[in-house]
Amino acid sequence: MILQNSYRVVLFKSVNQTMWAEKILREKGIPHKLIPVPRQISSDCGVCLRVESGQEEHVRNVLVNVEGFMEIVPL
Amino acid sequence: MNPPAGTPDKLIYFDNAATTFPKPQAVVDAVVDYMTRIGGNPGRSGHQLSIDAGEIVFSAREAVASLFGVTNPMRVIFCSNATDALNLAIQGMLHDGGHAVTTAMEHNSTIRPLRELERRGGVEVTVVPSPGGVVDPADFEKALRSDTRLAVVNHASNAFGIIQPLGAIGDICRRRGVVLLADCAQTAGLVPIDMKKDPVDIIAFAGHKGLYGPTGTGGLLLSEGFDHGMMRPLKYGGTGSSSDSVYQPDFLPDMYESGTLNAAGLSGLCAGIKYIFSLQEGVRGIHLRKKDLAAYFLARAEERVRGFDPPASASLVETGVISFNIEGMEPSDVAYHLSDRYNIMCRAGLHCAPMAHRTMGTFPEGAVRFSFGVFNTKDEIDYAISALEEISAMKEAG
Repeated sequence: MILQNSYRVVLFKSVNQTMWAEKILREKGIPHKLIPVPRQISSDCGVCLRVESGQEEHVRNVLVNVEGFMEIVPL
Repeated sequence: MNPPAGTPDKLIYFDNAATTFPKPQAVVDAVVDYMTRIGGNPGRSGHQLSIDAGEIVFSAREAVASLFGVTNPMRVIFCSNATDALNLAIQGMLHDGGHAVTTAMEHNSTIRPLRELERRGGVEVTVVPSPGGVVDPADFEKALRSDTRLAVVNHASNAFGIIQPLGAIGDICRRRGVVLLADCAQTAGLVPIDMKKDPVDIIAFAGHKGLYGPTGTGGLLLSEGFDHGMMRPLKYGGTGSSSDSVYQPDFLPDMYESGTLNAAGLSGLCAGIKYIFSLQEGVRGIHLRKKDLAAYFLARAEERVRGFDPPASASLVETGVISFNIEGMEPSDVAYHLSDRYNIMCRAGLHCAPMAHRTMGTFPEGAVRFSFGVFNTKDEIDYAISALEEISAMKEAG
């Protein structure tokens, strides 16, 4: 069983930006999943990117300069 | 076996400059797929149908971006049509006044918003004469002033198929620090444009013409170097983002895309662009094919149709759009006979481009316009030539 905290979610300001970021992760071959923003996380954008916690720094480096990047938080 | 061209069972559609028809089957299927399988509001909710709808819209954004050599799909702003897009760019760029320069070959979709802003006050508009249908870049440069904020150039005339020297005008605009807006309603999907190389800041496109999407689709593309902070939105409202704020977001494309997008239409538009990419030689192939159809028509009409009078020089017709008159006949009568007797659909009149018709000497009577699409054939043109021969003979017979 995978523990909940083995994931992080990447939040962007908009769905468009999230999808743009998803494309970048896909191109870089970084495993991820586009998911609805979990209830416990405050964000007004409906979707976010779930990544493995071990990838957090790598993902941050890749996405930090994408417009609309907000934060990476534990799931 | 297919019915022969121009029988009651098979109409001939020569009105592709208005909107292309028929659409590729893949476009129809994509609209139906959205309407039946997906149906969510793109970018508004976190549930699967909303995500799927958002992905469809994003795919359309990527397809448009790649067609114009734009790397960042956020720089595609979807609007209802080219007119909507042109209004956003023109009114957005001139929101606090300034001088604008444009050509004498414009469609009403650019000259009307410009003249309206001028009438309200604060905006001045210079129309550069375009003798024979083509503006001289040197004349265009002479019209630029220190307070010129926007240049608006019709890339290809919807009435005459004539292309303006966009590259040369763009070089001048870059040198003089003027933002260039290109009205590509007639050229998107037909004349290759690469915003990475071509000196154009803003492109307005129609989705339902050369991109073979449904009506109700169109938009703007912003070059990577264009600072969108200069362009004020035309609409304000819900974007599905920054919902904690009562102020409009300042990021692309949400800043300009208030309200639910035409997701069904954009699903079709994406399929239309993929269709273009699937054709041999893509956009360039379509351009060559349309030029060939226009040349084929012009050569035969000149030879066989009595009183055939096209105002544009044949060598300038680039986009498969030809306006012509038959001496002594009203354009609307010619179009009526073509439709009524021969099942040929075309458009007569001024084509929402009175200024271009004035430039070409066909104002106020207008002209008959044939505009070819990728599905038209030389057989259809042969049939139309025979029809025009008969119609011109009717006139001779009185």
